[in-house]
Amino acid sequence: MINTLRHLLRRLTDPIDPPLMALAAILLGISVLVLGSASPDRLGAQCINVLAALVVMRMAAQIPPQRLMRLALPIYIVGLTLLLAVMEFGEVSKGARRWLNLGVMRIQPSEVMKIAMPLMLAWYFHKREPLIRLRDYCIAVLLLLAPVVLIAKQPDLGTAILVLAAGFFVIFFAGLPWKIILGLVAAVAAAAPMAWTVMHDYQRARILTLLDPEADPLGKGFHIIQSTIAIGSGGIFGKGWGQGTQAQLDFLPERHTDFIFAVISEEFGLLGNLVLLTVYALLIGRGLMIAANAPTLFTRLLAGSITLIFFTYAFVNMGMVSGILPVVGVPLPFISYGGTALVTLFLGIGILMSIHKHRMLVQK
Amino acid sequence: MKFSKSPVLAQAVPAWRARMVLVVLLAGFLTLLARSLYLQGFNNEFLKVKGEARYERVLEVSATRGRISDRHGEVLAVSTPVKSIWAIPEDAKLQPAQARDLAHLLELDGRELNRKLASDRDFVFVKRQISPDLAEKVAALNLPGIHEQEEYRRYYPGGEVTAHLLGFTGAEDAGQEGVELTFNKSLSGKPGSRRVIKDRRGNVVEDVESIKPPQEGKDMTLAVDDKIQYLAYSNLKQAVEQNKAKAGGIVVLDARTGEVLALANLPTYNPNNREGLIGAQLRNRALTDTFEPGSTMKPFTAALAIEKGNYRYDTLIDTAPGRMTIGNATIHDTHSNGLITVAQVIQKSSNVGAAKMALSLPPEAMWTMFDNLNFGTPLKLGFPGEVGGRLRPWKRWQAIDQATMAYGNGISVTLIQLAHAYLAFARDGDLIPLSLTRVDVPPQSGKPVFSAQTAHEVRAMLEMVVGPGGTAPRAQVPGYRVAGKTGTAHKLEGGGYVNRYVASFVGFAPASDPRLIIAVMIDEPSTGVYYGGEVAAPVFAQVMAGALRTLGIAQDAPVRPLQVANAPAAREEM
Repeated sequence: MINTLRHLLRRLTDPIDPPLMALAAILLGISVLVLGSASPDRLGAQCINVLAALVVMRMAAQIPPQRLMRLALPIYIVGLTLLLAVMEFGEVSKGARRWLNLGVMRIQPSEVMKIAMPLMLAWYFHKREPLIRLRDYCIAVLLLLAPVVLIAKQPDLGTAILVLAAGFFVIFFAGLPWKIILGLVAAVAAAAPMAWTVMHDYQRARILTLLDPEADPLGKGFHIIQSTIAIGSGGIFGKGWGQGTQAQLDFLPERHTDFIFAVISEEFGLLGNLVLLTVYALLIGRGLMIAANAPTLFTRLLAGSITLIFFTYAFVNMGMVSGILPVVGVPLPFISYGGTALVTLFLGIGILMSIHKHRMLVQK
Repeated sequence: MKFSKSPVLAQAVPAWRARMVLVVLLAGFLTLLARSLYLQGFNNEFLKVKGEARYERVLEVSATRGRISDRHGEVLAVSTPVKSIWAIPEDAKLQPAQARDLAHLLELDGRELNRKLASDRDFVFVKRQISPDLAEKVAALNLPGIHEQEEYRRYYPGGEVTAHLLGFTGAEDAGQEGVELTFNKSLSGKPGSRRVIKDRRGNVVEDVESIKPPQEGKDMTLAVDDKIQYLAYSNLKQAVEQNKAKAGGIVVLDARTGEVLALANLPTYNPNNREGLIGAQLRNRALTDTFEPGSTMKPFTAALAIEKGNYRYDTLIDTAPGRMTIGNATIHDTHSNGLITVAQVIQKSSNVGAAKMALSLPPEAMWTMFDNLNFGTPLKLGFPGEVGGRLRPWKRWQAIDQATMAYGNGISVTLIQLAHAYLAFARDGDLIPLSLTRVDVPPQSGKPVFSAQTAHEVRAMLEMVVGPGGTAPRAQVPGYRVAGKTGTAHKLEGGGYVNRYVASFVGFAPASDPRLIIAVMIDEPSTGVYYGGEVAAPVFAQVMAGALRTLGIAQDAPVRPLQVANAPAAREEM
């Protein structure tokens, strides 16, 4: 009897990578703690989100990379189709067309792309191995830009940046030549003024706001000013759990989602931030270790990209909340309230676990 | 060979790429850390202060306005707590059913409510000054964006009876009229302040400390007696209605203390609901409107003639043939009274008699007397719009001016000035200042105007006015000796006299030891009866009778048979 249970438990936990799981669990713990202060009535819902995300992670960890490889192209095509469908039939909410109502549920196809993108490109480069030519990089860039443009037009700059980053990481790891990287940097610099003209007004405003938040303290600068005040007033040790006046008195906008980092900073101070950054660093380190040990080009590219996406999430979010990046809708990974991002992130963790577990199988 | 060491894969991610990634990651983390250190380590104090500035507020704590009560402590004006419902339109996204419920509770038009909630301001009042009970029902609806705040509302239990006396308070609880304005400073007190924590919506989350406690407004006790006030108001109202008059006024004074026991005007208004109020209702006529008093001035002429001239109480004056020509003007009596005494001039109200007395006096002496009686300058009770009336300098007087002023034409006064001046007769010839507040220690004596002897003699003449053969038998009060004088004056309009009248009566009782002075003025009685003795005297009698009884003042006369009062009265002259 006990043996059976033990056996079951082992089967259940077998594909799970303990260090990765432990680090993710610490982040979830922080999330629960902070949400308990910032928005206690959302705690229950977030626990359900966490459970769903963990189930997704466990399922992803079970899938061997070979099968993932077979799924890469279909998932990408489905994702792209859904993005086109959003353009056509999507629901408009808060001035953006991001959601697709399938009758039984609403989905956000751009979210799918965060995983589908690196999957697709990793698969593509894997197929082209060992001789990857310049033409392949060009095709990869096209495969990348198609969904990014669609997402950016919704408009959803935050997700577009994340998908773009995910794809870029794969191409970078696949050995994008130096010259092209330099060329791209130059092109981006040259395109910046042009981008300015095609940007939406609100996007432009956010960049201007970053440069000078005090110019419009009650309007567009409000978020940034409030969050820097919240962070700064936390000091070295913070004001203590539930004691953050800016957060608790409703001065901090979006304090349970995108601006939750400000709550952490206010209530736990510089010390809390240090702990948080350390946990992220360790998580990313573990991801990179898994990538380095990955057996195939596909798994290596995928693991590397997923890991760097975690970093991108964290950096963009904390950068924007602390006022060094423009405001884009990127949540703090594993901590912000919300199910969609959490499921995507744990899908990534699951894939990393799968890659790690199946690292030796190829050899046999 | 380990798979991962295969040369192909080892080259897939060259070492420099891995290193570059690590460098970028490290740079990213260090940037975040540096920013955090900058904000939390170095800029901490500055940002903390800015943070506190966002939630700490110093609130003004309003002082409760003092109560106003009558001389016996009956409450005349009190501040009661009420609630005002306000909204943050941005937050107040109500379902149609919710909006309907709210509009129904507050008795608002649904469209008006929607218009208010659609405002792009941050703050709108939905309804002000509702009862705490109703506010509780609104709170029970638990609507988003709808809030309430506590305020005070001034309530006047006496309503229109005390309207002109008390006045009212306006926005911010400041006195705007009457006693509320006169004594605003002491009634309103000084607001205090508290430090509180407010959230972004402005709700007070925590009360931190009291910086300065509010200094509550002082309660005040007026001289007015609410029973006499009601008596005065209701009788005046009845008379104004009966005589279809345009307006009216009444003043009741305590002769011993100078206290204003009652003061009422018509038309009046309800201070508790001032919607649709017009200027005419607001006027405190007894203090702000002057009129030519007419015959009520004759006793002053007689008093001066006795003091400064060659007249005595019983000096005979020939008033035949009932008219008298001065320059190119003629003074009339209604009929010839022939040879009558000074006392009879007053009793019968002879213009010719009064004029003859006046012409025997130096103009300066007459002017000085009027000035001593406080005609021509406001009494300075502190009421808004108080006026002094018209008293021209004596150097510019013609003989005819002096003659007509003897019977109250060519000089204008307010009702309260007239009542005040009669203090000289009710007392022993001296005048004391009037007081709106209760006087606990009465002044022993005031400014002498006439000698006590003269005052007593005029008092006796004034008693004859009310007696048989006088102009005002209807001013009699059973059980008391009453003294007084009627007045009936043509109104001045556009520089000439017109056939509209101001009927008045000023008198006091008990005549043996005067306690109360009452002055009544009825403006433009329009039913054909307009003599002071018929229009104003009955009001005087009713109020005087009630007031003497209320104060428990001992009777000084047997209850006279009523037929005396019913005997035809002598018509006064105009």
